[in-house]
Amino acid sequence: MAGIEITSLHMRYPDGTVAVDEVDLSVGDGELFVMLGPSGCGKTTTLRAVAGLERQTSGTIHIGDTLVDDLPPGERDIAMVFQFYALYPHLKARDNLAFPLRAEGLPEPEVRRRVDEAARMLQLGPLMDRRPQRLSGGEQQRVALARALVRRPRAFLMDEPLTNLDAEQRADMRSQIKHLQGELGATMVYVTHDQVEAMSLGHRIAVLNQGRVEQIGTPMEVYDRPASLFCAAFIGSPPMNLLDVEVADGSLRGQGGLALPVPPGLPDRRALVAGVRPEALEVTAPGADGAVRGRVVSAEVLGDEIIYVVDCDGQRDVRVRMAPTARFAVEAPVGVRHVGGPPPVYDRDSERLVA
Amino acid sequence: MGTVATYGLKKAFGEVQALDGVDLEVPDGSFFVVLGPSGAGKTTTLRAIAGLEKLDAGSVHLGGRDVTGQTPGTRDLAMVFQNYALYPRHTVFENIASPLRVRRDSSSDVATAVDDVARLLHIERLLQRRPAQLSGGEMQRVALARALVRRPHAFLMDEPLTNLDLKLRVEMRTELTRIHRSLRGTFVYVTNDQVEAMSMADQVAVLKDGKVQQVGTPSEVYERPVNRWVASFVGSPRISLLACHADEDRLVGAQGWTLPRPRRTTAETGRPLLLGLRAEDLSVERRGEATVEGEVYGLEPLGDHTLVDVKVGTEMLKVKARPTVAGRPGERLSVTVDMDRAHVFDAGTGLALTEAAR
Amino acid sequence: MARSLVVRARPARSSGGRVRRLVEVVLLAVLAAAMLFPVLWMLETSVKENRDVYAVPAKLVGFDITLDHYRDVFVGPAGGASDLSVALLNSVVVAGASTVLATVLGVPAAWAYSRFTLRAKKDQLFFILSTRFMPPVVVVIPIFLMYRQLGLIDTQLGLILIYTAFNVPFTIWMMKGFVDQVPSEYEDAAMLDGHTRFQAFRRITLPLLLPGIAATAVFALIFSWNEFVYAIFLTSSQEVRTAPPAIAGLIGGTTVDWGLVAASACVFALPVLVFAYLVRKHLVAGVTLGAVRR
Repeated sequence: MAGIEITSLHMRYPDGTVAVDEVDLSVGDGELFVMLGPSGCGKTTTLRAVAGLERQTSGTIHIGDTLVDDLPPGERDIAMVFQFYALYPHLKARDNLAFPLRAEGLPEPEVRRRVDEAARMLQLGPLMDRRPQRLSGGEQQRVALARALVRRPRAFLMDEPLTNLDAEQRADMRSQIKHLQGELGATMVYVTHDQVEAMSLGHRIAVLNQGRVEQIGTPMEVYDRPASLFCAAFIGSPPMNLLDVEVADGSLRGQGGLALPVPPGLPDRRALVAGVRPEALEVTAPGADGAVRGRVVSAEVLGDEIIYVVDCDGQRDVRVRMAPTARFAVEAPVGVRHVGGPPPVYDRDSERLVA
Repeated sequence: MGTVATYGLKKAFGEVQALDGVDLEVPDGSFFVVLGPSGAGKTTTLRAIAGLEKLDAGSVHLGGRDVTGQTPGTRDLAMVFQNYALYPRHTVFENIASPLRVRRDSSSDVATAVDDVARLLHIERLLQRRPAQLSGGEMQRVALARALVRRPHAFLMDEPLTNLDLKLRVEMRTELTRIHRSLRGTFVYVTNDQVEAMSMADQVAVLKDGKVQQVGTPSEVYERPVNRWVASFVGSPRISLLACHADEDRLVGAQGWTLPRPRRTTAETGRPLLLGLRAEDLSVERRGEATVEGEVYGLEPLGDHTLVDVKVGTEMLKVKARPTVAGRPGERLSVTVDMDRAHVFDAGTGLALTEAAR
Repeated sequence: MARSLVVRARPARSSGGRVRRLVEVVLLAVLAAAMLFPVLWMLETSVKENRDVYAVPAKLVGFDITLDHYRDVFVGPAGGASDLSVALLNSVVVAGASTVLATVLGVPAAWAYSRFTLRAKKDQLFFILSTRFMPPVVVVIPIFLMYRQLGLIDTQLGLILIYTAFNVPFTIWMMKGFVDQVPSEYEDAAMLDGHTRFQAFRRITLPLLLPGIAATAVFALIFSWNEFVYAIFLTSSQEVRTAPPAIAGLIGGTTVDWGLVAASACVFALPVLVFAYLVRKHLVAGVTLGAVRR
């Protein structure tokens, strides 16, 4: 296994669009590194540059100690798993797995050994003699993964591999991939637009937006203290509430009188936005101390919790996470109060974290 | 009366039985969600209600009247399609106005109606553009506008939010709820996303293999699933199912564990059963009397909580824990089970055998 | 869904391609010359004086240009319209009418095959395609006998009907592919708005099919325009004959007016070239035939 160093990667297309804007990333040996962002943010383009499927305009890529910029994809010793599986339709699963090894010229006993090993790791036993058209989406993706595994590459590149699976298959594959990565100690660069996937899989996450890295951190770092308003709005389901706040007499106040604890080091400024997670708020009877008045727009009963969407004084659609036993009616007047620690605060204009 | 009802709908496509006796009764003014995996028959059901699909058997009633033989154009229904189906050569204005033009409304009436609905959906500035110039979210609003511009008997929606990214989807969910409340119309909404269903529905009908499995409020379907299949499909993360059988007042697991048998469970000794446990009813942090031993398979930090995957023999439990929980793969631990909230299903038929407390 | 960036950078490639490129260019040049030469020769022949046409060694350049042959294509020896001009007109009528007819019949049929589930649909479509497996000439004798019974020998109508019969299956097959690409949801939405199925087709789907129709019509037109075997067998008189037999008729006998033949061929080729040029944008859409779909 090897780490991956991406230095000042810049990718500009002939028509002027900048897909990747001076990106620096450092993936540790044995790390599951996730690149997260909406479509068009540059994550897939960066991955393809690492793979050698596209050439960067400037910047360097190292895999381990090797500078790979001039190497074609086949010589970089990496394996890639695609969104659309890319299994050879005319070959059985077993032969799909053997194909890259035979192409490399490995002796047949070695090929067989590696294929069996990968099949065992991904529990492909009964599927080995089937052709891709007789496999379900999840099974095809496992075969695609196994095909990457057999090559024993220095690193794995995964391009939104779970996007085409349904929710149940996705959840299963997620834990399998994570477990596998841990067992193998494999270096993995994983691209996705699904923030739940990013949070649950990554050792570290890089949040990308319009070709630039907005934040790199562990899932909890990115969740608790998003570095910018973009990250704050992107991570977390339901999304973080972004509330206009101002400093008044040394305390932090949201619209309509919502009282918030003051984070240390808060600059004395106008135009601030506080990022408040739904679980940091609670719905109470109207008129409670430090609460803002509001009216319940909808109650999303999700089984193990209820998400109340409340139109408050000065802020629409405030989302509050409550236990399933809560009993506030739609249209009812309520109060919304902050519970928990100091929220991250952002400058409204620069959109970056200030406290 | 904006009621929609289907009785005994049957439809086959070649070898595949898409609808196998679908009975639905949608009350006037309710937000009624038809939920199921792909291939369950939900879109076919919706198309049958719209008159776009000819039925092999069964009938469709709108407001108490049998409309089974009528063409779509005469049923007075509005539909929003998954890929919006906006007329590509027409402007947004003309797209929205389309149903009114067929009715030959006067130009001024059309303009007023279109402007009103455009304002409701915040798309006034898009009226002169073409669909190709719109983003996914904008197209979706235009599709909605075209449905809302008149007051049909009922609104049919076929997975309208599926193609939107997460942020837009969450916004539109709340917006749809708002619109539904202000219009007080009957909405029949089809989706395969159970979170969507749970968060918006007044009532949910869970469909599988062309048959209705259960109809109820989101709470009812979550708390009292009638079979293992509904229990698995509704709820995120998925319910954990462990194979076991009853032995007097205990449950004995195939993996070697035993737990007290939940109250009000009807099952004789020896019958093969499935124990259903929701992640929030399990704990690796609390200590209780009813426990199962297992090994940490992995941790999934999800922000406001962390899911701990615990391997019990060859089966898996998903446990909801606080975000700060620590654990390493391979570590052995005890999972405490709240047996009052457990579900027991017959392993053969899949039917629920417990009356859950609450 | 985001619009994906179509322009992609080149992958890293190895060096040593300059000699290869030179060889590629030379080979392509030779191939191009071989393919274009007959056309060039024909064009030159059509403007050469008769003595230059027969010159030995053959003259590629350095001859006088004359437009007499082109004049002879249109003007007969007595000063009126030539026989060839009548033949050209017949070609226009026959090819045009059969193309229009094939389109009018084929497009709705293709739409029906695309939208509806019909009994043995796959078999039906295969049968339709199978009519093109054999060369048309195979059935010319039975057709001739049938036409003689029906009194269609030596009539424009006879040719139009047989060309339509050959073009309809082709039209159905090509158009079905285009109709498949237009989502049926448009028509569903229109029907829910209150239109009938046919109105939905006419207002929404048909405008979207125009590129496909253009492409299909061009191919049908080319077939009908160039068709020779049936024209020779089923027509004889000068009033009815189309251009291909008429031009072929110039060759034979003791002397051949090659200049006239060349000029006729050039004139004959022109209309289709012009037509294809006019609809060229639509042809691009047509040629891919919606092949690659995720």
